[in-house]
Amino acid sequence: MVRFVLGRILQAVPVLLIVVSITFILVHSAPGGPFSADKAVPAEVLEALEAQYNLDQPLWQQYLSYLGDVLRGDLGPSFKYPGRSVNELIASGLPTTAELGFYAMLVAVVIGVIAGVIASMRPNTLQDYVPMSVAMIGICMPSFLLGPLLVLIFGIHLEWLPVSGWNQIPGDKILPAITLGTGYAAYIARLSRGGMLEVLSQDYIRTARAKGLSEFIIIGKHALRGGLIPVVAFLGPAFAGLLGGSFVVETIFQIPGLGRFYVQAAFNRDYTMILGTTVFFAALIIFFNLLSDILAIWLNPKLRQQVRGDAE
Amino acid sequence: MNPETTALTTEKGSSLWRDAWIKLCKNRLALGGLGLLVALCIVSLLTPWIAPYGYEQQDLLLGATPPSIQHWLGTDVFGRDMLTRIMWGGRVSLTVGFIATAVALVIGVAWGAIAGYMGGRVDMLMMRLVDILYALPFMIFIILLMVVFGRSMLLLFFAIGAVEWLTMARIVRGQVMSLRKQEFIEAAHSLGLPQSTIIRRHIIPNTLGPVIVYTTLTIPSVMLLEAFLSFLGLGIQPPQSSWGLLINYGVETMEEYPWLLIFPGIALSLTLFALNFLGDGLRDALDPRTAKDS
Repeated sequence: MVRFVLGRILQAVPVLLIVVSITFILVHSAPGGPFSADKAVPAEVLEALEAQYNLDQPLWQQYLSYLGDVLRGDLGPSFKYPGRSVNELIASGLPTTAELGFYAMLVAVVIGVIAGVIASMRPNTLQDYVPMSVAMIGICMPSFLLGPLLVLIFGIHLEWLPVSGWNQIPGDKILPAITLGTGYAAYIARLSRGGMLEVLSQDYIRTARAKGLSEFIIIGKHALRGGLIPVVAFLGPAFAGLLGGSFVVETIFQIPGLGRFYVQAAFNRDYTMILGTTVFFAALIIFFNLLSDILAIWLNPKLRQQVRGDAE
Repeated sequence: MNPETTALTTEKGSSLWRDAWIKLCKNRLALGGLGLLVALCIVSLLTPWIAPYGYEQQDLLLGATPPSIQHWLGTDVFGRDMLTRIMWGGRVSLTVGFIATAVALVIGVAWGAIAGYMGGRVDMLMMRLVDILYALPFMIFIILLMVVFGRSMLLLFFAIGAVEWLTMARIVRGQVMSLRKQEFIEAAHSLGLPQSTIIRRHIIPNTLGPVIVYTTLTIPSVMLLEAFLSFLGLGIQPPQSSWGLLINYGVETMEEYPWLLIFPGIALSLTLFALNFLGDGLRDALDPRTAKDS
């Protein structure tokens, strides 16, 4: 197990290196320098600026020095917010985005698993069709449509919940979390239904039934562990999706998080900020994929044995 | 069902497809999805001729009006007919969906077929690359591409297609690996057919089932990605329009004119619905292994 984890961490290193390289090349091959867009800057000012950001050096030298900086955890200065570093901007947005992501994940897992388990208990009956149809609606209703609709209904017409902001009025976290979490709740519902159906048809569940255990214990203690493996495997990719979704949700609800910074940086052509955040996002996503893989193996005895077999 | 019986049914080519068609016809939701989709495609193709108003035709005196007999879906703040705009937007959204999926399809099938057929070190190298690409945060890369190289539609096709081919390659590879060892491929070998012909004529046609299913399921995710980017202002650019862009405009004025948000939203959601139901139905019909409750 330890060996497997170490191996996976080692595999992540070249992936990260590729991410940094591709992003660097892309950003530096952009037509027009970072300072050419806005207004005409005097030549000497431009030169001074380029010298300040090392843009006057040959590209490979810039690349190597950037790589060195990233290794030390320094993502460089921001082009558009003079005097602030990318690290500072990330640090100021991350807690908000992390909190939003956590609540959204909570919504997704709790609602998704409950709906999926309920549906799997009586397949092809009303108890199955109703939650699965709702899940289908959740999948076909993207967050940038669901969010505004929720705002329209619960914020503007019913006036139950605040329509924007974060951590200012009590309850202003509810709509963003639901908006971001619903799509994933729907996927998780489908996955957990599928996983549960497979597990529930197996012999050890029949044994448990024959022993006369209550349905609650059969599902909660015996079936869930196996039935949720697909869900756990989905959590890694879901995390990457949540990050993307946070771009939209933070824009809709005007939440000062990392996603909104990123979209703004994209519009402002703040190249160092884009470069730095991309590298940071990539590292996060790789980390969470690793985590979900390890969790899936820990839950699945068959895979665990395989890993052990490979190691010996 | 085990692989041998699958192979047996495959040999009676036409009957497999007829079987699948009969199964699909029994699935009312999937059939409804197919019907809706065909209707949408026809409307999109004919839009320049059947749209009730001109695409850029404004009526500033009229302004934004709710649905009426003259304007079935209302008008926007410039007095432009929403039905017309949704029809034109749908053309773009569907085009992106189909073309980007086609890009993914071509790359994915070729890549997966070659890797699966060659096996050994070639396979390992090719699939390693797929693994690495899987780990990259692609959503962010697409945004990056759109920012760096300007927001052109051609790039959008390419960028989205370049993301979506990975799963296709994996599916085709798995399929090809199991086909490769079967007798009719061996027979083709012994007849002295070149490898490229074997891949093209014998391997790829036999992987069609799962490929069709996955293609149907890729189109909605591609359309969603386009709408997502357009919503952020990083996808389709005005004066062109897409459903994502229309939703984006709708959100700005949703308090006063909610129909400007709701109708494009319904158009997008319904299309995604149709494609997902059709994809699920096709999977049940074409892939015996994932048949429900087996």
